[in-house]
Amino acid sequence: MKKLLLSVTMLAAFAVGSAAMAADDVKIGVIMPLSGNSASAGKAAVAAMELAAQIVNEAHPELNSLPLAAGAGLPNLGGAKVRLVVADHQGNPSEGQSQTLRLITQEKVVAMLGSYHSSVSLTATAIAERYGIPFVVGDSVASNITDRGFKWTFRTTPIASDFANNYMEFLTDLKKAGHPASNIAVVYENTDYGTSVAGTVREAAKAHGINIVADIAYNANGADVSAQVLQLKEKHPDAIVFISYTSDSILYMKTMKSLDYLPKFVIGDDSGFSDPAFISAVGNLAQGALNRSAWNIGAKNSTTWRINEMYKAKTGRDLDDTSGRDMQAAFTLMDAINRAGSTKPEAIRAALQATDLKPSQLMMGYRGVKFDRTGQNTLAATYLIQLIGDQYVAVWPQAAAQHSLVYPFKGWK
Amino acid sequence: MIFLQVIVAGLLIGAVYALFSSGLTLVWGMMNVINFAHGEFVMLGMYVAFWAFTLAHFGVASFSAIAAVVLFMLGVLVYLGLIRNVMRGPMLAQILSTFGLLLVLRYAAFWAFGANFVGLPDGILGPSLNVGGILLSAPKLVAGVVALAVTVGMHLLLTRTMLGSRILAVAEDRNAAMLMGIRPDHMQAIAWGLSGASAGIAGALIATFFPISATVGESLGLIAFVVVTFGGFGSVPGAMIAGLVIGLIESVSAFYVGPEYQDVFVYALFVLVLWVRPRGLMGKA
Repeated sequence: MKKLLLSVTMLAAFAVGSAAMAADDVKIGVIMPLSGNSASAGKAAVAAMELAAQIVNEAHPELNSLPLAAGAGLPNLGGAKVRLVVADHQGNPSEGQSQTLRLITQEKVVAMLGSYHSSVSLTATAIAERYGIPFVVGDSVASNITDRGFKWTFRTTPIASDFANNYMEFLTDLKKAGHPASNIAVVYENTDYGTSVAGTVREAAKAHGINIVADIAYNANGADVSAQVLQLKEKHPDAIVFISYTSDSILYMKTMKSLDYLPKFVIGDDSGFSDPAFISAVGNLAQGALNRSAWNIGAKNSTTWRINEMYKAKTGRDLDDTSGRDMQAAFTLMDAINRAGSTKPEAIRAALQATDLKPSQLMMGYRGVKFDRTGQNTLAATYLIQLIGDQYVAVWPQAAAQHSLVYPFKGWK
Repeated sequence: MIFLQVIVAGLLIGAVYALFSSGLTLVWGMMNVINFAHGEFVMLGMYVAFWAFTLAHFGVASFSAIAAVVLFMLGVLVYLGLIRNVMRGPMLAQILSTFGLLLVLRYAAFWAFGANFVGLPDGILGPSLNVGGILLSAPKLVAGVVALAVTVGMHLLLTRTMLGSRILAVAEDRNAAMLMGIRPDHMQAIAWGLSGASAGIAGALIATFFPISATVGESLGLIAFVVVTFGGFGSVPGAMIAGLVIGLIESVSAFYVGPEYQDVFVYALFVLVLWVRPRGLMGKA
């Protein structure tokens, strides 16, 4: 009798256990800078990815153009919910590695998302590669992240060479319109992000017959940028490309004003220029700054508008391009896990490789999501946007423009 | 012309470094305690100024004064609550306790104020001054003048007043000072308060041109230690000169060689000075 009771209990426990297994949460690891100088961007991105998980986990029929939004959970996994396990890499590549290792080996996450800094994505993806766990890079743009023949690294965002070519095509259009655009300056922070984007800008400029008259690398943690601004003032290029994080881009605008140097044209490569803190701190000094973005809030009641409203309710601010690209990566990964119908890493990897999302299924302005052999999204694209008042509006390419281009840079005038 | 402007820009940021460092050198000179949390004191000064401006529309002079008072109290509290006790422990405990304080303050600020950068509106101290074509950034100019005033004030306080003599007496020989009827605890609490107050003023003035965040101590903290060591342990005028020299070298090397290499020049000189003169420019042997 005792024996029978025991076996019945065991059976019951097993049954409960396997039932719980079927609806077990699917754990996805996220590494982002939650402390250190880029914490504001990291926290905004985590909030966006959590919102993506929430949209998938709950039923949102009003967002039915997005895969998985209409129903609750992942249907092919018995309605399992997605749970993000978030870790802080502090903007430090070795911390990024150890956190990735911890998430994979201790938290047993089935896939990874991250990680803002290109320098961190570069090291963290190597850990995922070694352990055979898919890593979807949502926002880091240094080209070498997908250049290494990795099997487990996928990247949804457009990369440095895409932007660099867009900037040069834009400058060529400026030239055609009769504005000077032959001599440019590149000002960049001296870690992986800045140096790699600057490198691709140099190549793209060469290919488009544009000269680089000032090439200025600097430390983004520095206290002063006066010397850089004086170098620019002396060379007076036709346009300046800034590849900067938040506090340094704020400092550049303030210092240009205090040293009375109004550039002819300013292009800010996302990051710092896209941080809402940049607009609130120096938006009135940076009028007419050009930036890139694949995010557009869009018309009232559109899917993107609804997402932005949900994000605003959660965080108190508008969704920005960087966080939006991370959110798109999260959607892409969850869609792949669902199609895989399994949490086995190899099945998820195969599903990611087979991804073919159409523009209508996306929240970002990409032409789709389809990965090539290296894991790079071949359909990634971006708009160029310009700061007018306290909003960025799309001005290039012509087809997506909501506003005509303002030339020259107005700054604080 | 541009050369002069480069020099002036360097001296101005140097004055900011000097202002930032003056409180640190005071505590070091008075008690031989390294306050690793000094950069966090300055960060709190920035937030106090920001809130005083945002909530109550105080002007620069008032919010600097408020920051000074608040940080004076924090300095005294930190001394009474933490430093007084760890002073009795081994040297390592003293060093690690202020390092712990740094982390507590930085991450408490993160928690309380969030990770987003905030800032005072641009040009709160007016536009740049134009002196014969050379532009002087107003906030940095004010920082420079105040740094000079704090330096002179501290120097006078320490060398010309009874309070200063008492503080110095405690620094020189605690037991002898006690025999003379001086309470070391009081003097050291005041020294910490003064250090906090100068960090508060520095924070308030730096906030007029620098983005405010919980991690600002990371950007400016290291420089403060270099300035203090370079200037001479505990010498307030030494910190002033060291700040100016470092600002100048940074600016000239950044302009003529490249901003990414400026640290090479600063730290090479730093090592050289310490090699030739281990006690720093104006430190006592």
